[in-house]
Amino acid sequence: MNNPTEYLPRSYHTRVSTYWWLARWPYVKFILREASSVFVAWIVVVTLLQIRALTRGPADYAELQNWLRSPLLLTLNAVSLAFVIFHAVTWFNLAPKAMVIRLRGKRLSSLAIAAPNYVAWVVISAAIAWILLRG
Amino acid sequence: MHKRSNEPFLWMLFSAGGVVSAMLMPIHVLLFGLAFPLGWVDAPSYEHLLALVRHPLTRVYLFILCSLALFHWAHRFRFTLYDGLQIKHLNELINTFCYGGATLGTAVAAYLLWRIP
Amino acid sequence: MANRITLEVTRYNPAHDEKPRPDTYEVPLRKEWVVLDALNYIKDHLDGSLSFRWSCRMGVCGSCGMMVNGVPKLTCATFLSDYAPGPVRVEPMSHFPVLRDLVVDTSDFLVKLAKSKPWIIRKVEKPLNEEYFQTPEQMDAYKQFSMCINCMLCYAACPVYGLDPLFSGPAAIALAQRYNLDSRDQGASDRLDILSHHEGIWGCTFVGECTQVCPKNVDPAAAIQQYKLTATMEWLKALVLPRGAE
Repeated sequence: MNNPTEYLPRSYHTRVSTYWWLARWPYVKFILREASSVFVAWIVVVTLLQIRALTRGPADYAELQNWLRSPLLLTLNAVSLAFVIFHAVTWFNLAPKAMVIRLRGKRLSSLAIAAPNYVAWVVISAAIAWILLRG
Repeated sequence: MHKRSNEPFLWMLFSAGGVVSAMLMPIHVLLFGLAFPLGWVDAPSYEHLLALVRHPLTRVYLFILCSLALFHWAHRFRFTLYDGLQIKHLNELINTFCYGGATLGTAVAAYLLWRIP
Repeated sequence: MANRITLEVTRYNPAHDEKPRPDTYEVPLRKEWVVLDALNYIKDHLDGSLSFRWSCRMGVCGSCGMMVNGVPKLTCATFLSDYAPGPVRVEPMSHFPVLRDLVVDTSDFLVKLAKSKPWIIRKVEKPLNEEYFQTPEQMDAYKQFSMCINCMLCYAACPVYGLDPLFSGPAAIALAQRYNLDSRDQGASDRLDILSHHEGIWGCTFVGECTQVCPKNVDPAAAIQQYKLTATMEWLKALVLPRGAE
């Protein structure tokens, strides 16, 4: 009803505030979840820096390691860890919603789809840790 | 009536990146970001890491990890900017920054992984 | 439990108000009362000019959607005592233009709903004396999404709809999916043409609040994500088989 008439002068349109996401906790969680992608990108940067340092030689690599030990980087990476774990958990919990898998007529529950993801997560993480630590 | 969008391509990259970063990033950050610098475990030696990273499989693994994670960021960040800053007219700029950035990062990753001695 | 509770109700008369403002009313707090009862008490005893929509008073018509303490709710299904000692803030549903007091203009939703073609589309009509057979499993495939009562609480909860007025919104897409999944329907391709673009399914960022507020457990967020997956499959199929298998 965009045209005011004699009996209905005008409707009121509330503007959505830039801080709409602060109004309720579910919205804050949503924005945090989306913000996790920034930390994912940051970790890619760190990984690329490590690859470059490895290529340049032990001295460069040692210097990078020192940099990673600085309080700023440790804090940043600790925060990154929290965010990538948050991303992983929200991802595994939500992804099953997109998948409708029927086994013998009954639909598989979200838990039935999420659980194998969590198991894979643990197994893969353990495998990577083993590969890195055994040398 | 609209022509069907090509958004599915970007969504697939986003989803793949989401899975890859969910599965692999936590352990990477835990080890390289905290455990090794803080000495919780003995950090792998330079020689061991170099040997690992030289292996073609490791290079492919790292390339996939870096590239898909960047496209995951690109897609999510693009929507965060759309909705958060409500700047529809800056669409072109946002898309270029996000997907362009991810493409650039992918190219850098490819270059670095190719150039390992 | 106290026997009175305060309600802060949005009032807006377009003829002489610049913008909506709250009025305070004190109503009895009866154990079995819902917010709708309180609003009707106000209208009957305190201020007859208060305007609001309601009908079935039992959660099936979808008329009485409003914001109760900032959360979209059916006022006939929201117990007043849950908000004791109060005050309880009652506002018109977010993201819709306010016509008067608690009444909003829902025409945008109705336009978008119609665009989704929420009816059985047949390429080949069956003769009138032939029924459609549907097994329980086939009905189960779409049943959850058919429970929508068009109450629009999901639109009030969806930040994307609030920020982008062109977005189709949760219910319109969930109802499209309800028909896509119906074994009697042959219109999935038509609906995909209409909805597979940025203001359709691809505008959704899976906030998930639509599902949280839905009073009938429709789970529109799931419907949309499933639709995205379907749209992606169709896109891949079109890529591989351009003159396609339909």
